[in-house]
Amino acid sequence: MGAQEKQQATRIAVASGKGGTGKTTIALNLAAMFGEPVQLADCDVEEPNLNLFLQYEQLDSQPVTMLVPEIRADRCTGCGACSEICRFNGLVSLGASKPLLFPELCHGCGGCALVCPSEAISERPLQIGTINSGHSKEIRLIEGRLEVGVSLVPPVIRAVTDQLFCDIPAILDAPPGTSCPAVATLREADYVLLVADPTPFSLHDLKLAVAMVRELGLPCGVIINRAGEDLVGLSRYCQDEGLPVLMSLPDDRQIAEVVSKGQLVAPCLPEYGLLFKQLADRVRTELQKHGGQP
Amino acid sequence: MRHAQIKELVVLSGKGGTGKTSVTASFAMLAKKAVVADCDVDAADLHLVLSPEVQERHCFFSGNEAEIRFNDCTGCGKCHALCRFDAIYHTENNRFQVDPVACEGCGVCIRFCPAKAINFPERHSGHWMISQARSGPMVHAQLEPAAENSGKLVTTVRERAWELAVDRRIPLIVSDGPPGIGCPVIASLSGVSLALLVTEPTVSGLHDLQRMLALTRHFSVPTIVCVNKWDINPQQTERIEAVSRAAGAQVAGRIRYDRGVTQAQLQQITAVELGCAAAADIRKVWQQITRLL
Repeated sequence: MGAQEKQQATRIAVASGKGGTGKTTIALNLAAMFGEPVQLADCDVEEPNLNLFLQYEQLDSQPVTMLVPEIRADRCTGCGACSEICRFNGLVSLGASKPLLFPELCHGCGGCALVCPSEAISERPLQIGTINSGHSKEIRLIEGRLEVGVSLVPPVIRAVTDQLFCDIPAILDAPPGTSCPAVATLREADYVLLVADPTPFSLHDLKLAVAMVRELGLPCGVIINRAGEDLVGLSRYCQDEGLPVLMSLPDDRQIAEVVSKGQLVAPCLPEYGLLFKQLADRVRTELQKHGGQP
Repeated sequence: MRHAQIKELVVLSGKGGTGKTSVTASFAMLAKKAVVADCDVDAADLHLVLSPEVQERHCFFSGNEAEIRFNDCTGCGKCHALCRFDAIYHTENNRFQVDPVACEGCGVCIRFCPAKAINFPERHSGHWMISQARSGPMVHAQLEPAAENSGKLVTTVRERAWELAVDRRIPLIVSDGPPGIGCPVIASLSGVSLALLVTEPTVSGLHDLQRMLALTRHFSVPTIVCVNKWDINPQQTERIEAVSRAAGAQVAGRIRYDRGVTQAQLQQITAVELGCAAAADIRKVWQQITRLL
């Protein structure tokens, strides 16, 4: 995984169990105040939002495809070997006729083409997403977009991380949750920033996210967003679990308004810009502590 | 009660954190008679405000997972060559191992291993529960951290909710959907009577709503939209409502920004039980919805 590959620059994932805690805001503003060239990867391919906040020059756009089976009716004997190996109901045999094909359920494992004894199955690429990339000042943005109606998310996320340059640090904006899309993103990370706010829902989902990060064996720190009153539960949890709180962003309506308009917090509200610069330094210190390159 | 008489409402948003769960919880209390289904199985929160007493708890298995028996592996590398998911890696002593996180459970390696050295046990991925909540019967679940196949678990939760509705003659299912537009969302959306999309007046809220509207159109699901915290950006709220109507969705109303909603969470009750300012707005949205169901 990420860290073992030779001399790869640091990759920091910004994640959370609950959606809407401020992952995108943190990722964007951390990138803007990073102090050196950085890559910003939108791995929330179901709902990618980074591009809404960056005036960026798009340099490249590529389709993400997955191989799905195609059946040659003239060769198919209706033996049913393909639907027998398919674990995802992408191919279903009814009686001895040609199997029914459901490409939207296919995971692209290729098993059907391998087992077909009559070479009746070939594979064709099906577009499941798009990868766009470009630049905005010192930030290289890579964005993945799932095609609407497609359910298979991890291959599009893998296509995003495959586009990352190895020699430039990267910030990965992860999708919410604790299942395969979040895991596909975190697998590529050396360090995880978990964003939480002080609501009970967020604290509950933070605990799930911490369990996921530990399952993956990654170091992590917490960012408290919309910090106001009632911080006790969240602070105590972080302390009890030995989780460093790397930043606390106040619950300020000005921030909500700036974000609602699609602007960056750091340049619009300089007092908070400073907090993001400090965050970048603290993340570097944490990374050194955990043996990564700063 | 027959299936045809039962209606199912799913609350979705595309973007996370727009207030789906707070709205759904209030609906559960307003509905009087409904089965509640928490389809956000990754990060289920509804139980935090509906205080369910668990009556049944079941294991959820999501397919299988490859496991190479070290002693039987000959190191031929066929599994590594065939795996499309980068789930098989080379170890010391010239053997191969499966990365359980990356394994999709497709079974191709099992089928083609010449030494038959790969096991394929069922994968335990979480739990689902039937409970009695303050609002009535509730089906909810918890996926193990870093597990997969949340779509299949969502389908399980919905099937159980339908069974309860039929058995107990309850005419309505209210389900809290997951964020996004991928696998678990599609699993929560297919065949419902109505989808309520809760969004917020931000550029992200609008962008994510547009993708969500395209998805409900794709599956021909009747759709109604509501803007939460609308007064954070009234202009954006108007834009969102115009876009929704243009896409063929109805507008259910607006919910104001109100810290009372968080207060309700802290007291482990719903906004309508606390009776905060936003609760009046939620009631109006609920009235609109009941007219459409």
